[in-house]
Amino acid sequence: MNKKKTVFVVDDDPDYLFQTVVHLEKAGYNVISAVSQKEAEDIIDTVKPDIALLDLMMEQDDSGFILCYKLKKKYPDLPVIIATSVSKETGLSFGLDSEEERRWIKADAYLEKGVRAEQLNDEIKRLLKI
Amino acid sequence: MAELKVLIVDDEAGIRSGVSRILNRFRVTYPFMDEAYTYKVLEAETGEKGLEIIDSEQPDIVLLDNKLPGISGVEVLDYIKQKNYDIVVAMITSYASLDVALRATRDGATDFIPKPFTPQELKSSIENITKQQYLKRITSRMKEEGKKIRFRFLSVLSHELKSPLNAVEGYLNMMRDREAGNDINDYAEMIERSIQRIQGMRTLIMDLLDFTKIKLEVKKDKVVELDPALLMTQCVETINPLAIQKDVSIVIEKKSDVIISADEEDMNIIFNNLLSNAVKYNKEGGQVVITIDREGNDAVMEVKDTGIGISSEDQQVLFNEFVRIKNDKTRNIAGSGLGLSIVKKIADLYQGSITVASRPDEGSVFKLKLPVRQEKE
Repeated sequence: MNKKKTVFVVDDDPDYLFQTVVHLEKAGYNVISAVSQKEAEDIIDTVKPDIALLDLMMEQDDSGFILCYKLKKKYPDLPVIIATSVSKETGLSFGLDSEEERRWIKADAYLEKGVRAEQLNDEIKRLLKI
Repeated sequence: MAELKVLIVDDEAGIRSGVSRILNRFRVTYPFMDEAYTYKVLEAETGEKGLEIIDSEQPDIVLLDNKLPGISGVEVLDYIKQKNYDIVVAMITSYASLDVALRATRDGATDFIPKPFTPQELKSSIENITKQQYLKRITSRMKEEGKKIRFRFLSVLSHELKSPLNAVEGYLNMMRDREAGNDINDYAEMIERSIQRIQGMRTLIMDLLDFTKIKLEVKKDKVVELDPALLMTQCVETINPLAIQKDVSIVIEKKSDVIISADEEDMNIIFNNLLSNAVKYNKEGGQVVITIDREGNDAVMEVKDTGIGISSEDQQVLFNEFVRIKNDKTRNIAGSGLGLSIVKKIADLYQGSITVASRPDEGSVFKLKLPVRQEKE
Protein backbone atom coordinates (compact mmCIF):
# COMPACT_ATOMS: atom_id res chain seq x y z
CA MET A 1 0.00 0.00 0.00
CA ASN A 2 1.14 3.48 -0.83
CA LYS A 3 2.27 5.75 1.93
CA LYS A 4 0.08 8.86 2.38
CA LYS A 5 1.31 11.76 0.28
CA THR A 6 2.17 14.97 2.12
CA VAL A 7 0.78 18.27 0.86
CA PHE A 8 2.36 21.49 2.10
CA VAL A 9 -0.20 24.33 2.15
CA VAL A 10 0.90 27.94 2.72
CA ASP A 11 -1.64 30.74 2.97
CA ASP A 12 -1.95 33.84 5.14
CA ASP A 13 -5.73 33.68 5.05
CA PRO A 14 -6.55 31.52 8.10
CA ASP A 15 -9.99 30.60 6.77
CA TYR A 16 -8.79 29.52 3.37
CA LEU A 17 -6.00 27.59 5.02
CA PHE A 18 -8.40 25.82 7.39
CA GLN A 19 -10.80 24.90 4.59
CA THR A 20 -8.05 23.63 2.34
CA VAL A 21 -6.53 21.54 5.11
CA VAL A 22 -9.92 19.99 5.88
CA HIS A 23 -10.53 19.14 2.21
CA LEU A 24 -7.11 17.67 1.65
CA GLU A 25 -7.19 15.59 4.80
CA LYS A 26 -10.59 14.31 3.78
CA ALA A 27 -9.19 13.41 0.39
CA GLY A 28 -6.63 11.26 2.17
CA TYR A 29 -3.55 13.42 2.26
CA ASN A 30 -1.21 14.15 5.08
CA VAL A 31 -1.19 17.97 5.37
CA ILE A 32 1.39 20.38 6.78
CA SER A 33 0.50 24.06 6.80
CA ALA A 34 2.11 27.44 7.29
CA VAL A 35 0.49 30.83 7.60
CA SER A 36 3.32 32.99 6.25
CA GLN A 37 6.26 32.92 3.88
CA LYS A 38 8.59 33.07 6.85
CA GLU A 39 7.01 30.13 8.65
CA ALA A 40 7.03 28.17 5.40
CA GLU A 41 10.73 28.82 4.90
CA ASP A 42 11.47 27.49 8.38
CA ILE A 43 9.45 24.34 7.74
CA ILE A 44 11.05 23.45 4.41
CA ASP A 45 14.43 23.51 6.08
CA THR A 46 13.59 20.21 7.71
CA VAL A 47 10.58 18.78 5.87
CA LYS A 48 10.26 17.59 2.32
CA PRO A 49 6.62 17.43 1.23
CA ASP A 50 5.41 15.59 -1.89
CA ILE A 51 3.67 18.64 -3.31
CA ALA A 52 3.22 22.29 -2.32
CA LEU A 53 0.23 24.61 -2.68
CA LEU A 54 1.21 28.25 -2.20
CA ASP A 55 -0.67 31.50 -1.86
CA LEU A 56 0.84 34.38 -3.83
CA MET A 57 0.38 37.55 -1.77
CA MET A 58 1.45 37.15 1.83
CA GLU A 59 3.98 39.35 3.64
CA GLN A 60 5.20 40.47 0.24
CA ASP A 61 3.18 40.82 -2.93
CA ASP A 62 5.28 38.07 -4.46
CA SER A 63 5.82 35.81 -1.44
CA GLY A 64 4.45 32.83 -3.37
CA PHE A 65 6.92 33.27 -6.20
CA ILE A 66 9.82 33.60 -3.79
CA LEU A 67 8.77 30.52 -1.84
CA CYS A 68 8.31 28.59 -5.05
CA TYR A 69 11.79 29.56 -6.15
CA LYS A 70 13.28 28.46 -2.83
CA LEU A 71 11.36 25.20 -2.80
CA LYS A 72 12.46 24.34 -6.33
CA LYS A 73 16.04 25.17 -5.49
CA LYS A 74 16.00 22.83 -2.52
CA TYR A 75 13.81 20.12 -4.02
CA PRO A 76 13.97 20.43 -7.83
CA ASP A 77 11.49 17.59 -8.46
CA LEU A 78 8.83 18.87 -6.03
CA PRO A 79 5.63 19.91 -7.85
CA VAL A 80 4.40 23.37 -6.86
CA ILE A 81 0.95 24.92 -7.36
CA ILE A 82 0.45 28.66 -6.89
CA ALA A 83 -3.07 29.80 -6.06
CA THR A 84 -4.15 33.41 -5.82
CA SER A 85 -7.11 35.76 -5.74
CA VAL A 86 -5.35 38.23 -7.96
CA SER A 87 -7.25 37.86 -11.16
CA LYS A 88 -6.91 38.81 -14.74
CA GLU A 89 -9.78 41.30 -14.48
CA THR A 90 -7.25 43.70 -13.03
CA GLY A 91 -4.99 43.37 -16.01
CA LEU A 92 -2.62 41.37 -13.89
CA SER A 93 -2.65 37.98 -15.39
CA PHE A 94 -0.14 35.34 -14.67
CA GLY A 95 -0.24 32.01 -16.28
CA LEU A 96 2.03 29.32 -17.47
CA ASP A 97 0.97 29.56 -21.07
CA SER A 98 4.05 31.15 -22.55
CA GLU A 99 7.61 29.90 -22.53
CA GLU A 100 8.74 33.13 -20.88
CA GLU A 101 6.30 32.82 -17.98
CA ARG A 102 7.29 29.22 -17.41
CA ARG A 103 10.88 30.34 -17.23
CA TRP A 104 10.44 32.92 -14.48
CA ILE A 105 7.49 31.45 -12.60
CA LYS A 106 8.86 28.12 -11.58
CA ALA A 107 5.49 26.69 -10.57
CA ASP A 108 3.98 23.63 -12.23
CA ALA A 109 0.42 24.93 -12.05
CA TYR A 110 -1.20 28.25 -11.47
CA LEU A 111 -4.75 28.46 -10.13
CA GLU A 112 -7.10 31.29 -9.36
CA LYS A 113 -8.63 30.99 -5.92
CA GLY A 114 -12.23 30.06 -5.71
CA VAL A 115 -11.29 26.74 -7.31
CA ARG A 116 -13.53 23.95 -6.17
CA ALA A 117 -12.13 21.30 -3.92
CA GLU A 118 -12.49 18.62 -6.63
CA GLN A 119 -10.58 20.73 -9.15
CA LEU A 120 -7.78 21.16 -6.68
CA ASN A 121 -7.78 17.41 -6.05
CA ASP A 122 -7.56 16.70 -9.77
CA GLU A 123 -4.66 19.09 -10.14
CA ILE A 124 -2.79 17.50 -7.25
CA LYS A 125 -3.39 13.99 -8.61
CA ARG A 126 -2.20 15.05 -12.04
CA LEU A 127 1.03 16.48 -10.65
CA LEU A 128 1.64 13.55 -8.30
CA LYS A 129 0.83 11.21 -11.21
CA ILE A 130 -1.60 9.16 -9.13
CA MET B 1 26.16 64.72 -10.51
CA ALA B 2 24.64 64.16 -13.92
CA GLU B 3 26.55 64.72 -17.11
CA LEU B 4 24.91 65.64 -20.37
CA LYS B 5 26.64 64.97 -23.67
CA VAL B 6 26.61 67.90 -26.03
CA LEU B 7 27.53 67.37 -29.66
CA ILE B 8 28.63 70.43 -31.59
CA VAL B 9 28.44 70.02 -35.36
CA ASP B 10 30.16 72.95 -37.05
CA ASP B 11 32.82 73.23 -39.74
CA GLU B 12 34.49 76.20 -38.05
CA ALA B 13 37.16 74.88 -35.70
CA GLY B 14 37.06 78.11 -33.69
CA ILE B 15 33.39 77.70 -32.86
CA ARG B 16 33.88 74.05 -31.86
CA SER B 17 36.74 74.74 -29.53
CA GLY B 18 34.96 77.81 -28.13
CA VAL B 19 31.88 75.77 -27.29
CA SER B 20 34.02 73.05 -25.73
CA ARG B 21 35.90 75.54 -23.60
CA ILE B 22 32.75 77.25 -22.37
CA LEU B 23 30.64 74.19 -21.68
CA ASN B 24 33.25 71.89 -20.21
CA ARG B 25 33.45 74.24 -17.24
CA PHE B 26 29.74 75.07 -17.10
CA ARG B 27 27.29 73.62 -14.62
CA VAL B 28 23.57 74.12 -14.17
CA THR B 29 21.65 73.83 -10.93
CA TYR B 30 18.07 74.55 -9.99
CA PRO B 31 16.45 74.53 -6.61
CA PHE B 32 14.13 71.70 -7.71
CA MET B 33 16.82 69.53 -9.29
CA ASP B 34 18.37 66.81 -7.19
CA GLU B 35 21.78 67.35 -8.67
CA ALA B 36 23.83 69.69 -10.78
CA TYR B 37 24.27 69.12 -14.50
CA THR B 38 27.65 69.26 -16.15
CA TYR B 39 28.52 68.89 -19.81
CA LYS B 40 30.82 66.83 -21.92
CA VAL B 41 31.34 68.26 -25.37
CA LEU B 42 31.81 66.07 -28.46
CA GLU B 43 32.87 67.69 -31.72
CA ALA B 44 32.07 66.96 -35.36
CA GLU B 45 33.27 69.06 -38.29
CA THR B 46 30.76 67.64 -40.79
CA GLY B 47 27.18 66.43 -40.76
CA GLU B 48 28.32 62.92 -41.72
CA LYS B 49 30.67 62.75 -38.75
CA GLY B 50 27.85 64.16 -36.63
CA LEU B 51 25.53 61.26 -37.59
CA GLU B 52 28.19 58.75 -36.64
CA ILE B 53 28.61 60.29 -33.20
CA ILE B 54 24.84 60.55 -32.75
CA ASP B 55 24.51 56.80 -33.37
CA SER B 56 27.47 55.74 -31.26
CA GLU B 57 27.34 58.17 -28.35
CA GLN B 58 23.64 59.08 -28.11
CA PRO B 59 24.23 62.70 -27.06
CA ASP B 60 21.55 64.57 -25.06
CA ILE B 61 21.93 67.86 -26.86
CA VAL B 62 23.07 68.62 -30.41
CA LEU B 63 24.18 72.09 -31.42
CA LEU B 64 23.87 72.18 -35.17
CA ASP B 65 25.19 74.54 -37.78
CA ASN B 66 23.10 74.45 -40.92
CA LYS B 67 25.73 75.36 -43.48
CA LEU B 68 28.04 72.39 -43.53
CA PRO B 69 30.33 71.13 -46.27
CA GLY B 70 28.48 67.84 -46.95
CA ILE B 71 24.94 67.15 -45.79
CA SER B 72 23.20 70.13 -44.22
CA GLY B 73 22.20 70.66 -40.62
CA VAL B 74 18.53 70.28 -41.51
CA GLU B 75 19.28 66.82 -42.88
CA VAL B 76 20.97 65.89 -39.62
CA LEU B 77 17.87 67.13 -37.83
CA ASP B 78 15.66 64.96 -40.06
CA TYR B 79 17.79 61.93 -39.27
CA ILE B 80 17.43 62.48 -35.50
CA LYS B 81 13.67 62.88 -35.85
CA GLN B 82 13.38 59.81 -38.01
CA LYS B 83 15.31 57.68 -35.52
CA ASN B 84 13.15 59.01 -32.71
CA TYR B 85 16.15 59.78 -30.53
CA ASP B 86 15.59 61.61 -27.25
CA ILE B 87 17.85 64.48 -28.28
CA VAL B 88 17.30 68.21 -28.02
CA VAL B 89 18.55 70.02 -31.10
CA ALA B 90 19.50 73.68 -31.23
CA MET B 91 20.41 75.26 -34.54
CA ILE B 92 23.35 77.60 -34.66
CA THR B 93 22.72 80.11 -37.38
CA SER B 94 23.62 83.58 -38.47
CA TYR B 95 20.93 86.24 -38.41
CA ALA B 96 20.99 86.29 -42.18
CA SER B 97 19.48 82.79 -42.31
CA LEU B 98 16.82 83.31 -39.72
CA ASP B 99 14.22 81.72 -41.98
CA VAL B 100 16.21 78.47 -41.99
CA ALA B 101 16.23 78.57 -38.23
CA LEU B 102 12.49 79.13 -38.04
CA ARG B 103 11.86 76.28 -40.43
CA ALA B 104 14.14 74.08 -38.41
CA THR B 105 12.25 74.97 -35.24
CA ARG B 106 9.09 73.90 -36.96
CA ASP B 107 10.74 70.65 -37.96
CA GLY B 108 11.70 69.75 -34.43
CA ALA B 109 14.67 71.86 -33.39
CA THR B 110 14.02 73.16 -29.90
CA ASP B 111 16.03 76.30 -30.01
CA PHE B 112 18.34 78.31 -32.14
CA ILE B 113 21.43 80.15 -31.16
CA PRO B 114 22.23 83.17 -33.35
CA LYS B 115 25.78 83.37 -34.55
CA PRO B 116 28.00 85.06 -33.43
CA PHE B 117 27.16 84.36 -29.81
CA THR B 118 28.75 85.39 -26.55
CA PRO B 119 29.66 82.77 -23.94
CA GLN B 120 26.77 84.06 -21.86
CA GLU B 121 24.29 83.56 -24.71
CA LEU B 122 25.47 80.01 -25.22
CA LYS B 123 25.23 79.29 -21.51
CA SER B 124 21.70 80.62 -21.20
CA SER B 125 20.56 78.57 -24.21
CA ILE B 126 22.10 75.44 -22.75
CA GLU B 127 20.53 76.22 -19.40
CA ASN B 128 17.09 76.47 -20.99
CA ILE B 129 17.54 73.28 -22.92
CA THR B 130 18.70 71.45 -19.81
CA LYS B 131 15.66 72.58 -17.89
CA GLN B 132 13.35 71.42 -20.68
CA GLN B 133 15.08 68.10 -20.94
CA TYR B 134 14.97 67.60 -17.20
CA LEU B 135 11.25 68.34 -17.00
CA LYS B 136 10.51 66.09 -19.95
CA ARG B 137 12.32 63.18 -18.34
CA ILE B 138 10.73 63.77 -14.94
CA THR B 139 7.26 63.82 -16.51
CA SER B 140 7.74 60.58 -18.36
CA ARG B 141 9.15 58.92 -15.26
CA MET B 142 6.17 60.10 -13.22
CA LYS B 143 3.76 58.74 -15.79
CA GLU B 144 5.47 55.36 -15.55
CA GLU B 145 5.25 55.38 -11.76
CA GLY B 146 1.61 56.45 -11.89
CA LYS B 147 0.89 53.44 -14.03
CA LYS B 148 2.67 51.17 -11.59
CA ILE B 149 0.75 52.53 -8.59
CA ARG B 150 -2.57 52.06 -10.39
CA PHE B 151 -1.59 48.54 -11.34
CA ARG B 152 -0.68 47.67 -7.78
CA PHE B 153 -3.85 49.29 -6.49
CA LEU B 154 -6.01 47.13 -8.72
CA SER B 155 -4.22 43.88 -8.05
CA VAL B 156 -4.27 44.34 -4.29
CA LEU B 157 -7.88 45.44 -4.41
CA SER B 158 -8.82 42.33 -6.31
CA HIS B 159 -6.98 40.24 -3.75
CA GLU B 160 -8.54 41.95 -0.74
CA LEU B 161 -12.06 41.79 -2.14
CA LYS B 162 -11.97 38.21 -3.31
CA SER B 163 -10.29 36.65 -0.29
CA PRO B 164 -13.23 37.14 2.09
CA LEU B 165 -15.66 36.00 -0.61
CA ASN B 166 -13.67 32.82 -1.13
CA ALA B 167 -13.51 32.20 2.60
CA VAL B 168 -17.25 32.63 3.14
CA GLU B 169 -18.09 30.59 0.06
CA GLY B 170 -15.80 27.86 1.31
CA TYR B 171 -17.55 27.69 4.67
CA LEU B 172 -20.98 27.68 3.03
CA ASN B 173 -19.91 24.81 0.77
CA MET B 174 -18.72 22.88 3.80
CA MET B 175 -22.06 23.47 5.50
CA ARG B 176 -24.05 22.50 2.42
CA ASP B 177 -22.10 19.29 2.13
CA ARG B 178 -22.56 18.69 5.90
CA GLU B 179 -18.85 18.15 6.24
CA ALA B 180 -19.01 18.38 10.02
CA GLY B 181 -22.14 16.27 10.37
CA ASN B 182 -25.77 17.23 10.93
CA ASP B 183 -25.51 19.20 14.14
CA ILE B 184 -25.57 22.97 13.54
CA ASN B 185 -23.55 23.49 16.72
CA ASP B 186 -20.57 21.87 15.07
CA TYR B 187 -20.56 24.69 12.54
CA ALA B 188 -20.58 27.52 15.09
CA GLU B 189 -16.95 28.46 14.48
CA MET B 190 -17.42 28.50 10.70
CA ILE B 191 -20.46 30.71 11.00
CA GLU B 192 -18.63 33.08 13.32
CA ARG B 193 -15.66 33.31 10.95
CA SER B 194 -17.98 33.92 7.99
CA ILE B 195 -19.63 36.82 9.80
CA GLN B 196 -16.24 38.27 10.68
CA ARG B 197 -15.06 38.05 7.10
CA ILE B 198 -18.22 39.75 5.87
CA GLN B 199 -17.68 42.53 8.39
CA GLY B 200 -14.13 42.93 7.18
CA MET B 201 -15.38 43.18 3.65
CA ARG B 202 -17.92 45.78 4.66
CA THR B 203 -15.11 47.86 6.19
CA LEU B 204 -13.15 47.60 2.98
CA ILE B 205 -16.11 48.63 0.87
CA MET B 206 -16.85 51.60 3.15
CA ASP B 207 -13.20 52.67 2.95
CA LEU B 208 -13.27 52.32 -0.80
CA LEU B 209 -16.32 54.56 -0.90
CA ASP B 210 -14.45 57.11 1.23
CA PHE B 211 -11.56 56.76 -1.12
CA THR B 212 -13.66 57.65 -4.14
CA LYS B 213 -15.06 60.62 -2.21
CA ILE B 214 -11.67 62.22 -1.68
CA LYS B 215 -11.67 65.27 -3.84
CA LEU B 216 -8.74 66.79 -5.56
CA GLU B 217 -9.48 70.06 -3.86
CA VAL B 218 -11.40 71.34 -0.87
CA LYS B 219 -14.98 72.21 -1.76
CA LYS B 220 -15.14 75.87 -0.70
CA ASP B 221 -18.91 75.98 -0.25
CA LYS B 222 -18.77 73.02 2.15
CA VAL B 223 -16.13 74.56 4.38
CA VAL B 224 -17.49 75.60 7.75
CA GLU B 225 -16.05 76.43 11.14
CA LEU B 226 -15.63 73.30 13.20
CA ASP B 227 -14.68 72.54 16.77
CA PRO B 228 -12.44 69.46 16.63
CA ALA B 229 -13.25 68.60 20.25
CA LEU B 230 -16.94 68.44 19.44
CA LEU B 231 -16.33 66.33 16.33
CA MET B 232 -14.11 63.96 18.30
CA THR B 233 -16.85 63.55 20.91
CA GLN B 234 -19.28 62.54 18.17
CA CYS B 235 -16.79 60.07 16.72
CA VAL B 236 -16.22 58.56 20.16
CA GLU B 237 -19.95 57.86 20.37
CA THR B 238 -19.83 56.03 17.05
CA ILE B 239 -16.90 53.86 18.05
CA ASN B 240 -18.09 53.22 21.61
CA PRO B 241 -19.82 49.87 20.97
CA LEU B 242 -16.56 48.43 19.64
CA ALA B 243 -14.60 50.01 22.51
CA ILE B 244 -16.93 48.46 25.08
CA GLN B 245 -16.58 45.07 23.39
CA LYS B 246 -12.79 45.34 23.67
CA ASP B 247 -12.93 46.95 27.12
CA VAL B 248 -11.01 49.98 25.85
CA SER B 249 -11.61 53.31 27.60
CA ILE B 250 -11.52 56.57 25.65
CA VAL B 251 -10.67 59.96 27.14
CA ILE B 252 -10.74 63.37 25.46
CA GLU B 253 -8.49 66.08 26.87
CA LYS B 254 -9.09 69.54 25.50
CA LYS B 255 -6.06 71.68 26.27
CA SER B 256 -7.04 74.77 24.33
CA ASP B 257 -9.93 76.06 22.29
CA VAL B 258 -9.30 75.75 18.57
CA ILE B 259 -11.54 76.19 15.59
CA ILE B 260 -10.68 74.87 12.15
CA SER B 261 -12.23 75.61 8.77
CA ALA B 262 -13.00 72.44 6.92
CA ASP B 263 -15.58 70.24 5.25
CA GLU B 264 -17.21 68.30 8.06
CA GLU B 265 -17.41 65.13 5.98
CA ASP B 266 -13.64 65.18 5.43
CA MET B 267 -12.93 65.67 9.12
CA ASN B 268 -15.27 62.85 10.08
CA ILE B 269 -13.42 60.48 7.78
CA ILE B 270 -10.08 61.42 9.36
CA PHE B 271 -11.22 61.30 12.97
CA ASN B 272 -13.17 58.07 12.56
CA ASN B 273 -10.21 56.38 10.96
CA LEU B 274 -7.74 57.41 13.64
CA LEU B 275 -10.13 56.54 16.42
CA SER B 276 -11.22 53.17 15.10
CA ASN B 277 -7.58 52.19 14.55
CA ALA B 278 -6.76 53.20 18.13
CA VAL B 279 -9.50 50.88 19.38
CA LYS B 280 -9.04 48.06 16.88
CA TYR B 281 -5.31 47.69 17.42
CA ASN B 282 -5.51 48.21 21.18
CA LYS B 283 -5.08 45.62 23.86
CA GLU B 284 -8.01 44.23 25.76
CA GLY B 285 -8.54 46.67 28.69
CA GLY B 286 -6.41 49.33 26.99
CA GLN B 287 -6.82 53.06 26.77
CA VAL B 288 -7.18 55.74 24.11
CA VAL B 289 -6.30 59.34 24.97
CA ILE B 290 -7.28 62.08 22.57
CA THR B 291 -5.77 65.52 23.12
CA ILE B 292 -6.71 68.69 21.33
CA ASP B 293 -4.32 71.60 21.50
CA ARG B 294 -2.92 74.50 19.55
CA GLU B 295 0.67 74.89 18.35
CA GLY B 296 1.24 78.24 16.63
CA ASN B 297 -1.19 78.39 13.72
CA ASP B 298 -2.02 74.70 13.85
CA ALA B 299 -4.71 72.78 15.61
CA VAL B 300 -3.12 69.59 16.90
CA MET B 301 -5.13 66.44 17.47
CA GLU B 302 -3.31 63.52 19.06
CA VAL B 303 -4.72 60.04 19.31
CA LYS B 304 -2.71 57.89 21.64
CA ASP B 305 -3.34 54.20 22.19
CA THR B 306 -1.89 51.43 24.33
CA GLY B 307 -2.02 48.91 21.51
CA ILE B 308 0.29 46.58 19.64
CA GLY B 309 2.44 49.39 18.21
CA ILE B 310 4.19 49.61 14.86
CA SER B 311 7.83 48.84 14.12
CA SER B 312 9.91 51.71 12.74
CA GLU B 313 10.25 49.82 9.46
CA ASP B 314 6.49 49.54 9.09
CA GLN B 315 6.01 53.18 10.05
CA GLN B 316 7.80 54.18 6.83
CA VAL B 317 5.10 52.72 4.62
CA LEU B 318 2.11 53.07 6.92
CA PHE B 319 0.45 55.91 5.02
CA ASN B 320 0.71 54.26 1.61
CA GLU B 321 -2.31 52.72 -0.06
CA PHE B 322 -3.12 49.12 0.79
CA VAL B 323 -0.44 48.77 3.36
CA ARG B 324 -1.58 46.31 5.93
CA ILE B 325 1.02 45.43 8.44
CA LYS B 326 0.88 41.66 8.32
CA ASN B 327 2.06 39.88 11.41
CA ASP B 328 0.74 37.51 14.06
CA LYS B 329 -0.87 40.34 15.99
CA THR B 330 -2.77 41.86 13.08
CA ARG B 331 -3.81 38.69 11.30
CA ASN B 332 -7.21 38.52 12.90
CA ILE B 333 -7.99 42.23 12.80
CA ALA B 334 -10.12 43.29 9.86
CA GLY B 335 -8.77 46.20 7.89
CA SER B 336 -8.62 47.39 4.33
CA GLY B 337 -5.18 48.96 4.28
CA LEU B 338 -6.79 52.09 2.92
CA GLY B 339 -7.74 54.04 6.06
CA LEU B 340 -4.47 55.80 6.80
CA SER B 341 -3.78 56.55 3.15
CA ILE B 342 -7.13 58.32 3.09
CA VAL B 343 -6.27 60.21 6.29
CA LYS B 344 -3.00 61.34 4.74
CA LYS B 345 -4.61 62.44 1.49
CA ILE B 346 -7.18 64.57 3.29
CA ALA B 347 -4.63 66.06 5.70
CA ASP B 348 -2.49 67.05 2.70
CA LEU B 349 -5.51 68.57 1.03
CA TYR B 350 -5.88 70.97 3.96
CA GLN B 351 -2.15 71.76 4.09
CA GLY B 352 -2.02 69.75 7.27
CA SER B 353 0.05 66.74 8.24
CA ILE B 354 -0.25 63.35 9.87
CA THR B 355 2.64 61.66 11.65
CA VAL B 356 3.10 58.65 13.84
CA ALA B 357 5.32 57.79 16.77
CA SER B 358 5.19 54.25 18.03
CA ARG B 359 6.89 51.43 19.83
CA PRO B 360 5.95 47.80 19.31
CA ASP B 361 3.94 46.40 22.23
CA GLU B 362 3.64 49.81 23.91
CA GLY B 363 1.33 51.75 21.64
CA SER B 364 1.16 54.44 18.98
CA VAL B 365 0.53 58.16 18.89
CA PHE B 366 -0.95 59.65 15.74
CA LYS B 367 -0.53 63.39 15.49
CA LEU B 368 -2.74 65.31 13.10
CA LYS B 369 -2.04 68.96 12.42
CA LEU B 370 -4.48 71.19 10.59
CA PRO B 371 -4.26 74.96 10.14
CA VAL B 372 -6.57 76.88 12.48
CA ARG B 373 -9.35 78.93 10.95
CA GLN B 374 -8.17 81.88 8.91
CA GLU B 375 -9.18 85.19 10.44
CA LYS B 376 -11.55 87.01 8.12
CA GLU B 377 -10.22 90.26 6.72
